[in-house]
Amino acid sequence: METQVVENILQRHPKDQSSIIQVLLDIQNELYYIPRDVLEYVSDYLNVPLSRTYGLATFYKAFSLKPKGKYPIAVCTGTACHVQGAVKILEQIERELKVKEGETTPDKKFSVETVRCLGCCGLAPVVTVGKNLHGKVPMSKISKILKQY
Amino acid sequence: MAYRTYLMVCAGTGCVANQSMKIKDKLESEIRKRGLQDEVSVVTTGCNGFCAVGPLMVVQPDGIFYQLLKETDIAFLVEEHFVKGRPVKELLYTPPKEKIPIPKMSDIPFFADQTLIVLRNRGLINPEIIDESIARGGYEAIAKVLTSMTPDDVIREIKASGLRGRGGGGFPTGIKWETCKKMPGDVHYVICNADEGDPGAFMDRSTIESDPHAVIEGMLIGAYAIGSTEGYVYIRNEYPIALERLQTAIKQAREYGLLGKKVFNKDFDFDIKVVRGAGAFVCGESTALMASIEGRPGEPRAKYVHTVERGLWDKPTCLNNVETWANVPQIMLRGAQWFASIGTGDVTADPWGGSKGTKVFSLAGKVNNTGLIEVPMGITLRKIIFDIGGGIRDGKKFKAVQTGGPSGGFIPESLLDLPVDYEELTKVGSMMGSGGMVVADEDNCMVDMAKYFLSFTQTESCGKCVPCREGTKRMLDILEKITVGEGTEEDLVLLEELSNMVVESSLCALGGSAPNPVLTTLKYFREEYEAHVRNKKCPGHSCRKLITYAIDPQICVDKGHGCHVCAKNCPDGAIIGESKQVHTVDVMKCGKCGICYDVCKFDAISVE
Repeated sequence: METQVVENILQRHPKDQSSIIQVLLDIQNELYYIPRDVLEYVSDYLNVPLSRTYGLATFYKAFSLKPKGKYPIAVCTGTACHVQGAVKILEQIERELKVKEGETTPDKKFSVETVRCLGCCGLAPVVTVGKNLHGKVPMSKISKILKQY
Repeated sequence: MAYRTYLMVCAGTGCVANQSMKIKDKLESEIRKRGLQDEVSVVTTGCNGFCAVGPLMVVQPDGIFYQLLKETDIAFLVEEHFVKGRPVKELLYTPPKEKIPIPKMSDIPFFADQTLIVLRNRGLINPEIIDESIARGGYEAIAKVLTSMTPDDVIREIKASGLRGRGGGGFPTGIKWETCKKMPGDVHYVICNADEGDPGAFMDRSTIESDPHAVIEGMLIGAYAIGSTEGYVYIRNEYPIALERLQTAIKQAREYGLLGKKVFNKDFDFDIKVVRGAGAFVCGESTALMASIEGRPGEPRAKYVHTVERGLWDKPTCLNNVETWANVPQIMLRGAQWFASIGTGDVTADPWGGSKGTKVFSLAGKVNNTGLIEVPMGITLRKIIFDIGGGIRDGKKFKAVQTGGPSGGFIPESLLDLPVDYEELTKVGSMMGSGGMVVADEDNCMVDMAKYFLSFTQTESCGKCVPCREGTKRMLDILEKITVGEGTEEDLVLLEELSNMVVESSLCALGGSAPNPVLTTLKYFREEYEAHVRNKKCPGHSCRKLITYAIDPQICVDKGHGCHVCAKNCPDGAIIGESKQVHTVDVMKCGKCGICYDVCKFDAISVE
């Protein structure tokens, strides 16, 4: 387990049951997923039943129980992106990487998911790769964008 | 130090994504190179609003508006404008179909028709420096309130202003505050709902990004009125810039004694905690949001007991949306009369009798000028879309405007002269909602759009109550059937019946409003449903099973000289033809992805 990372995160929040979602968010941000042993450890520490922590980790979309790629790709499927062809963008990415939504490439470089509106609708269609945001993405430029990584 | 010129570089999410921070660095280095660093200052501001033409910059005090900047333009721009004093025409805004650029921001139609209250500081201050907010009147309202008004005075003023909830519900804010204040108990909470989940909406993000102090000040005033010492902002995790600016603002406000113990040295304590959402649309609903703050799954509860009575940790809680809070300081400063003079109707007798003040909308979809706008209530949709929005992109034909996100509906062209007002929008089957406004053109299929929203609400349904969980699923099945050409006339009847059932029997507003996109499209665009059901055709050319791609041989050879680009890009190998010869689509192999249509430079590919 990534003990140091988890400990640092736990120190940042009050030791209270209500901190659980915030702690899980920080873990997700740092490790890109929530490993089982971390889930158990955090539950124990905050005195939240594991069943409930698991419930939270599956209820909220921000959490992933499976490791993600080094560069998680999120295709925005908000309304503005939808009318500008987000579905086609997603399919093209799936074709390029030969994985489906929710999966990770075998080399662990990319994982593909969709997100509901990133709030920059003026740039639709929008795709984020890792921490970079690409706006007004044309279908024909997708392979070029992915090659940058 | 005073500078002769200020360059206000937009650092909202949209412009930052378009590399505006690199533009800023380049500006600074070019200015230094010419020894102008003591005369020209570069300032990063929150979202300017005109996202369509970012990265952008405004030269103050002249108000010259530069758009679509590239790093490579900057050296020339600095030399021409700031050394030689000649604005660079090529980088100014030119309206679509016109030739003469408009140099001044205030003359550009996108800005000229707006009225700014909530967004009054956008593009004028650096949101990360509290002094700039204070210089523009920030925290003046709370000072006035704490030194000269009682909590009851504040509530009276808010009631008289006619302010109603900007999150979508339109509940009169003053009444909410009054009820919450009356509830017994020592602990009352105030919450700012910044869980802006509607796809196609970014008002709250931009408000926080451009002027976080307005929200904090609004909450301070609300807390004083209600008698609360503790506040929460529940903000989406998907908005990293807004989150960071909010945290910075809260920290600075604490350092200035504007948050914490004894605010303004008065007997008033108040502090704010920031809680991040974890990606659940339903958490925008007040009871679900409160459950999430408590560390539980965001499931709503039935509201026979309102949250003003028992909300967060079962204490009286007053929850308002970002935009509502940001309106409050201006109302306190400029008075209820002023606020009530903007908008529609009369609220003196009936708090629901009108829509007052302004509304911020995020204008997106197929309009030329996408971005964030603030307009007076009562403005017509036509004015928003065709004057401010600059009309439909690529000369296409307007089909519908969707307001209110997944809870709202589609409004057809015949109703475009409708004034923007809570009651008017509800009457036609849509709603004000939080302020998302997405425009669809002739290329969008209304059945597909209804399916899109329903699949959104269906996925986001928390699953607690049956009508929403199962009802929306069945509705989605029917829509799916229709879009693949297997729908029948009876399906349309059943769809309508199911919609009404889900509206009536769902636990919370998510289910209660989820069928709105379906109901409004059935009402205003029934002929599109019928085309799918009867003729197995998709007039908007979106439903894959019902369309075919074809190549016009004439154009392909004459104009394109058989350029072969489509064949090279086709993932299915469905385009037959050698380079320099005519190409055709093998319909059996074609996966209908539409890449060929996108890559063909000669418009040789058509879709039927």
